[in-house]
Amino acid sequence: MRKVYTRPRLLKRVPFHYCPGCGHSVVHRVMTELIDEMNLGDRIIGIPPPGCSVFAYHYFDVDMAESAHGRGAAVATGIKRAFPEAIVFTYQGDGDLAAIGTAETIHAANRGERITAIFINNAVYGMTGGQMAPTTLSDQVTTTTPYGRDTKIEGYPIRMSEIVALIRGAVYIERTAVNSPANIRKTKKAIRKAFQAQIDDLGFSLVEILSPCPTNWRMTPLESWQWIDKVMTKEFPLGVIKDITGKNDAD
Amino acid sequence: MSSGKTGSKIKGYIEIDQELCKGCQICIAFCPKDVISLSDKLNSSGYLPVLFNDSGECTGCAICAVVCPEVAIEVYRG
Repeated sequence: MRKVYTRPRLLKRVPFHYCPGCGHSVVHRVMTELIDEMNLGDRIIGIPPPGCSVFAYHYFDVDMAESAHGRGAAVATGIKRAFPEAIVFTYQGDGDLAAIGTAETIHAANRGERITAIFINNAVYGMTGGQMAPTTLSDQVTTTTPYGRDTKIEGYPIRMSEIVALIRGAVYIERTAVNSPANIRKTKKAIRKAFQAQIDDLGFSLVEILSPCPTNWRMTPLESWQWIDKVMTKEFPLGVIKDITGKNDAD
Repeated sequence: MSSGKTGSKIKGYIEIDQELCKGCQICIAFCPKDVISLSDKLNSSGYLPVLFNDSGECTGCAICAVVCPEVAIEVYRG
């Protein structure tokens, strides 16, 4: 029999530290597959964030440089300008990109930096214990909103992709999810297009990925994967938000 | 020449790394042939991993491997 599916070459063979059912490791796998397929292994540089994915460099067998909280886009800017031939991506959560790093992200996009931001949105602060994030849904119960998020007091869930899409330097923005085989394949395709926009020297690209957090949502892994479809995509609709790369899909 | 009900069927099997598996059971939910089940023995991390039941039903579609958050599944098809 022929082996049709195996662990990607660029994903180190160590157990993930993530909780059972977490979306981070799915994204890690999709990205390492893609980096190998696009033959970028020797020129890609990743910027992992503080947060649950702080140890991403333990798993990706590519060059990585840790950034301070929220400063991923700023660090990526420096690396990209020092090594213009490198393909630079930031890997950021919603506490990183949508809260403390909003300014860096928006200004990196506005400068049209040739970098790719991978934005993992799980609607809570994962590593610190499930507190409310800017992306937490209305009425969602977290440890700091025990009666549900009250939009009068705590504001509305922030839609970063739509905000960044208004900026002229951003060329490719898509929102996907990792909660079904079809969505996982779409995520891979979206990241491929985002990397391609950078390879073609067009501008800033961002892929927002809705990711399950069973531990902090107080759900089983399967319930959390279904909750993305049932609840989360109502607030954060999936699809291409902006594409001015000029390369429309044949399909 | 393959003919009849069983001959034309695509056969496959999967290998699950018991030490990488955390027993999240996502693969069990997505397997179209229901050939994956939960083990009753803990692995060294203290999780109940999943097991492959080779009943000849597996087609090697690789959906389990695509959804596996731990990248613990290898798929063979023949």
